[in-house]
Amino acid sequence: MAQHVLEIRNLHKSFGEREVIHGLDLDVRKGEVVVVIGPSGCGKSTLLRCINGLEPIQQGEIFLNGKSITSGKIKWNLVRQQIGMVFQSYDLFPHMNVMENILLGPLKAQGRRREEVEAEAEALLARVGLLDRKDSFPSQLSGGQKQRVAIVRALCMKPEMMLFDEVTASLDPEMVREVLDVILGLADEGMTMMIVTHEMAFAKAVADRVIFMDGGVVVESARPEVFFETPQTERARKFLNTFQFREVRHCLDEDDEDCLP
Amino acid sequence: MDIDYIVAHIPMFGKAAFLTISLALAGILLSLLIGLACALVRYFRVPLLHRLIAAYIELSRNTPLMIQLFFLYYGLTRVGIMLEGVTCAIVGLAFLGGGYMAEAIRSGLDAVGRVQIESGLSIGLSRLQLIRYVVLPQAMAVAVPAIAANTIFLIKETSVFSIIALPDLMYVAKDLMKEGNSNESNFMLVVSYLVLILPVSLFFTRLERRMRRAGLGH
Repeated sequence: MAQHVLEIRNLHKSFGEREVIHGLDLDVRKGEVVVVIGPSGCGKSTLLRCINGLEPIQQGEIFLNGKSITSGKIKWNLVRQQIGMVFQSYDLFPHMNVMENILLGPLKAQGRRREEVEAEAEALLARVGLLDRKDSFPSQLSGGQKQRVAIVRALCMKPEMMLFDEVTASLDPEMVREVLDVILGLADEGMTMMIVTHEMAFAKAVADRVIFMDGGVVVESARPEVFFETPQTERARKFLNTFQFREVRHCLDEDDEDCLP
Repeated sequence: MDIDYIVAHIPMFGKAAFLTISLALAGILLSLLIGLACALVRYFRVPLLHRLIAAYIELSRNTPLMIQLFFLYYGLTRVGIMLEGVTCAIVGLAFLGGGYMAEAIRSGLDAVGRVQIESGLSIGLSRLQLIRYVVLPQAMAVAVPAIAANTIFLIKETSVFSIIALPDLMYVAKDLMKEGNSNESNFMLVVSYLVLILPVSLFFTRLERRMRRAGLGH
């Protein structure tokens, strides 16, 4: 039996009167890549934020490696060291250079040795092609470069799993690829991940399982080839149609006949 | 203007200037500490305490320093507390400055985006580490211009210390004016304050440039 890194039971989350997640259940196996898609406002980003304790939940339970992280006295800073998170907006610390950004967590929060972490950071930076920018400040980097550094910063904490919250949504189109390639690489290495994205082609390529959320619940959960080819519900079909329509529109705008189906 | 008179009185003004700047320095350093503490309490909305601090800030910023000093120097004697002039001056200046510095630092804290805090938390920093390594460096860089303005304002405010009989610049100048050399005294007073404040002003201009680079990365 595969081991579950993350188990979510009957999760309820509301903002004031408005409930955005209604009793959600989800298991994530070790090494599994779960892509969460759905219309905006469906609660997918909120779901990630609940897992990382950035949003308090109203009901239900979340287990990380079998231990509850929602009941009893939780040391969130320790939990968060096991769950890496990358946000949509470029969230690097502007007053620190790339290396300092990466080292802050491992040195201060985890109390690890500088030489050891620095060597790891350099290896990770080299992997995402940014070793030569380790002394740069965030303001000197492009959006795509900043997101790659943010990923390295999270990885350097040696997390159990990674959460990606629409990490390419504010990037210029030509920079989306360089960030997604890094995430694809992580998937190949067996990193457990939950990814919220609107990049459908990427979702198809990276996911072991696609979760379609709408109205605060999981509407469909299936392997990507099943979900994208034969969605089971009307809601999922409608959602996927809007993307196809968008692609068609895009092709018309670009006046590129090759890309029409 | 009588140059000899001016030259003869330079040591006297020098001594007074030293007292002025010492009191100002002590009061301003305390203001910064008070301001930082108050700003953090308000920023993190510490229950109850943050309302108290809000009241303090309004009280300190909306009453004249002269009245605050009268209260400390004369008012407190009614309840049996006798403070020395120097103590009153420093406490008074810190009380006034604390409110101003709190607002300056808070404006800096408010400028630090929520996502900065969330990304700090998401790499497992504790609250204290978050404040120290992520929030304050950025907040202070934004707050420097306001802190500079407050500092200069507070140095100038020390001129009311003469009312509680402290021999600062204003006190010495007023004394000499009574002897009838008001032109010379006035001139020396203005020059003394300029000599004190101009370097402070230049220091902050440079600090601002450096903090902008260090605090905001450009």
